[in-house]
Amino acid sequence: MGLSNKNKAILAGPLSKNNPIVVQMLGICSALAVTSKLEPAIVMAISVTVVMAFANVIISLLRNTIPNRIRIIVQLVVVAALVTIVGEVLKAFAYDVNKQLSVFVGLIITNCILMGRLEAFALANGPWASFLDGIGNGLGYGLILVIVGFVRELFGFGTLLGHQVVPEIFYKWGYVNNGLMILPPMALIIVAAVIWIHRSRNKDLQEK
Amino acid sequence: MNRNSNVYTIIYASVMVVAVAVVLAFTSESLKSFQKENAENDKRQQILRSINVRVSAQEAKAKYSELITDAFLINEQGERTEGDAFAEDVVKAFARKVYPVFVADIDGQTKYVMALAGSGLWGPLWGYISVNDDCNTVFGADFGHASETPGLGAEIAAAPFSNRFIGKHLFAGETFKSVAIVKPGNSAEGQDYVDGISGGTITSQKVGLMLFDSLKEYTKFLTSQNK
Repeated sequence: MGLSNKNKAILAGPLSKNNPIVVQMLGICSALAVTSKLEPAIVMAISVTVVMAFANVIISLLRNTIPNRIRIIVQLVVVAALVTIVGEVLKAFAYDVNKQLSVFVGLIITNCILMGRLEAFALANGPWASFLDGIGNGLGYGLILVIVGFVRELFGFGTLLGHQVVPEIFYKWGYVNNGLMILPPMALIIVAAVIWIHRSRNKDLQEK
Repeated sequence: MNRNSNVYTIIYASVMVVAVAVVLAFTSESLKSFQKENAENDKRQQILRSINVRVSAQEAKAKYSELITDAFLINEQGERTEGDAFAEDVVKAFARKVYPVFVADIDGQTKYVMALAGSGLWGPLWGYISVNDDCNTVFGADFGHASETPGLGAEIAAAPFSNRFIGKHLFAGETFKSVAIVKPGNSAEGQDYVDGISGGTITSQKVGLMLFDSLKEYTKFLTSQNK
């Protein structure tokens, strides 16, 4: 089954030109909190993608029935229910990761990307397009999380996914892990660096 | 049908809430057994780490039943009381003044594992500490935390820190002293001490406080075992 050009744009747009973090500036808070190591960043990316895709589909299916006055409440209930289910599933099948993510799974509910996409996209589009939009935005968010997590774990701990990658001999030569990388402010600086690179490659995104 | 009428809105909200409740209740019930097992294996791993045995969550159950020969609750007088030491939540047990003890048999030698609970810089701390059958020399320790600073205070959960406690003494003569945690390079008068974590001073101090507060409740038990 091929995707139409419009659907391709919906899926691929958020990965670069319309990225939720570096262009729309949504969901920065969780990008700071869970990226000191790569593994929680990946799990968070997958969780957000799953929640966003299903929330988009559900809201899109319900969009013609939702009373306008309580639509935000309906969106919140759908998102909160999905997040609770994801949290329970993690607790049952990925206990260690769940311990690391702890409160941040619950905080997916308040991730602005979710409410943003539900309001802006799912309420006005069909389920299939909404599903693609959710997957696209989730992956766009996850991409930045993985980049930031990669840089922070590599320079902060000398490991990737818990495996030592900086050779022991480097430490003998006087190399030290950069403790600053582990602290939240470095995530902001790395996100800023990503935005810098991204804008310099996409001149049309630069503000005049 | 008028989607903006009050009746429609109220019915919509009610149906939605009931539907969501059913879905969540179903999910919670169907995953409960997996979650309980994970939590139990995590606790077994902690207890095993405090007697210097590191196993994966899958092996924890078998290893635990092999090494831990007895588990019971004691009261403030150091006497055994009713209750399930493993199933009881440590914080709740401490609150009602009963204290879990796990007895391990390692190569024919008896080790006593005691539970610890306290608060850290950002959230709760917990742990287990084991002593030799002299009820004085620390055999091993393991610490956990909810939200200490990664790379700094959070290092208390890593083996390099907990291994520093091995061989330290809880008593000086007949008096309970606990093990002090000091800034690297300093020492403590009249009791055994270990180095804290550089950059994790407050968390280190809180671990010291947790050790003292939790273990002092075990004093009567430890001294009665000695005689």
